[in-house]
Amino acid sequence: MTVFEEFQKTSHHFSKQRPAHDSSVPILSVENLSLKYPSGYAIENISFEVKKGERLAVVGPNGAGKSTLFKIIAGVLNQTSGDVNIYGQSPGGHICIAYVAQRNQVDWNFPVTIGDVVMMGRIGQLGLFRNPGTQDKKAVREALKVVGLENLADRQINQLSGGQQQRMFIARSLAQEAELMLMDEPTSGLDAASQEEIFIILDRLREQGVTVLLALHDLKIAARRFDRVMLLNKRLLALGFPDEVLIPDNLVAAYSGHLHLVETEDGLLAVGDSCCDDEIPRL
Amino acid sequence: MTDFLLTPLQYAFMTRGLAAAVMVGSVCAVVGCYVVLRGMAFFGDALAHAILPGIAVGYLIGGGAHQPLFWWALLAAVASSLGIGAISRLTKIKEDTAIGIVFAGAFALGVALISSVRSYSVDLAHFLFGDVLGVRQADLLLIGILGGIILLVILAFYKEFMVLSFDPVLAATLRLPVRFLEALMLILIAVTIVVSLQTVGVALMVAMLVTPAATAFLLTRRLPVMMALGALIASISGVVGLYLSYYLSIASGAAIVLTCTAIFGLVWIAQTLHQKVISPVQA
Repeated sequence: MTVFEEFQKTSHHFSKQRPAHDSSVPILSVENLSLKYPSGYAIENISFEVKKGERLAVVGPNGAGKSTLFKIIAGVLNQTSGDVNIYGQSPGGHICIAYVAQRNQVDWNFPVTIGDVVMMGRIGQLGLFRNPGTQDKKAVREALKVVGLENLADRQINQLSGGQQQRMFIARSLAQEAELMLMDEPTSGLDAASQEEIFIILDRLREQGVTVLLALHDLKIAARRFDRVMLLNKRLLALGFPDEVLIPDNLVAAYSGHLHLVETEDGLLAVGDSCCDDEIPRL
Repeated sequence: MTDFLLTPLQYAFMTRGLAAAVMVGSVCAVVGCYVVLRGMAFFGDALAHAILPGIAVGYLIGGGAHQPLFWWALLAAVASSLGIGAISRLTKIKEDTAIGIVFAGAFALGVALISSVRSYSVDLAHFLFGDVLGVRQADLLLIGILGGIILLVILAFYKEFMVLSFDPVLAATLRLPVRFLEALMLILIAVTIVVSLQTVGVALMVAMLVTPAATAFLLTRRLPVMMALGALIASISGVVGLYLSYYLSIASGAAIVLTCTAIFGLVWIAQTLHQKVISPVQA
């Protein structure tokens, strides 16, 4: 792609034209989506739909293609075949999609404050050559209030705890006025209290009709906190209510050699033999 | 003491040199903030070396005239940055290796071309290590105009550059023209290097780009402050360096860079001691 084509594709940053939102169609619809590299498929032939306001957990082992799927939906990565539609249109022009990367992908020493990072969400609305105005500052303040960080707006981002870092990115998505939030393992490495805080905020977002897709390792959270669960390992193995999806047959299919299921008095116990703690699904 | 400061100012070459050093230092430091934050120091160093064949060709064709050199240098810089892009995109070679191949090759070509004309050997030293005391009125004007344009472009695209540097995925989901902005930033770095050529020369250029910006990075946690502090540190280094050069008879470019390095060292040591005193428990 040439710089000129890129310029045309993104020219609405200059003209501020955005695709209209047709609320009669699902907010997200994915059809026969594949991304193939020379070494093989990153994701293969995935189809599903998500309704506005729904909260969907995407679970699967490392390398299952969770981040890849999210990045294609966000319009950051291109698929090799298949379609993604946001309100019936391709994601390329939408600025209502927020992607929250894993925390270890962020340079926490970057010289910005929490307020600065949340303000970054406004830049899509602002367009070129315009500075944030009163309305943008108000949007940032309100977003910070929703996630309970209003008193830390002037703090350096490296002074935040893991839970606060995650809440800052949720606030940035709110400032962006995102209607579809894609969160890549936001609960990894957080203690139970911090995880709880995040789900309280996500409950509040659901009331505002924000749709959330969340990549997860923790099957217990997936079972307890989500409307539907998607089990992914390059292919879509199962999608439905948690108690339909998180059954032994499906889990063994998804985690294969990394998971052994043991029946105990307390129920089903999943034992991982993976090298990384992160990869062992807890049930 | 007043005499000590005023005596060198009787010479017009000294006042012109001071003006050039302050302007070049400020522009380099502001652009250098992005170089430091995006980890592009090696790219900047290599780009500075790669403009040598451009200068050599301009010199051989123009028979020693100074003005066309600028455009030849700029041409070489742009061609080299496009060259690395092509190599790392079209082969499996990583970008830093591609940078090494293109820029070392270009630098060797420049040295070869200049060495083919024996009488220009003095000028080779000037290109390599700078000749700030040889700056003429017309050069000052060019530095002022181009430096001003660079700063204006950074001001105009400030929020876009910040998002692109902190979170490229966010830049993509906000549908910013990412490739255009990246190309623009490379061009800004290239123009900065070409403008600064006469002050510190090819071999020491990277110090002007990274050392003042890195010193400022230690002192602040906000990007605008980092840019202003970096410019101030670079300006002070330029002035102090030139006085050192005058009184100790050392090469001007080297004196300026050594002053930058000394300030970085002092700030680093002072900060380490300060942190030990303020919070001896926390490491």
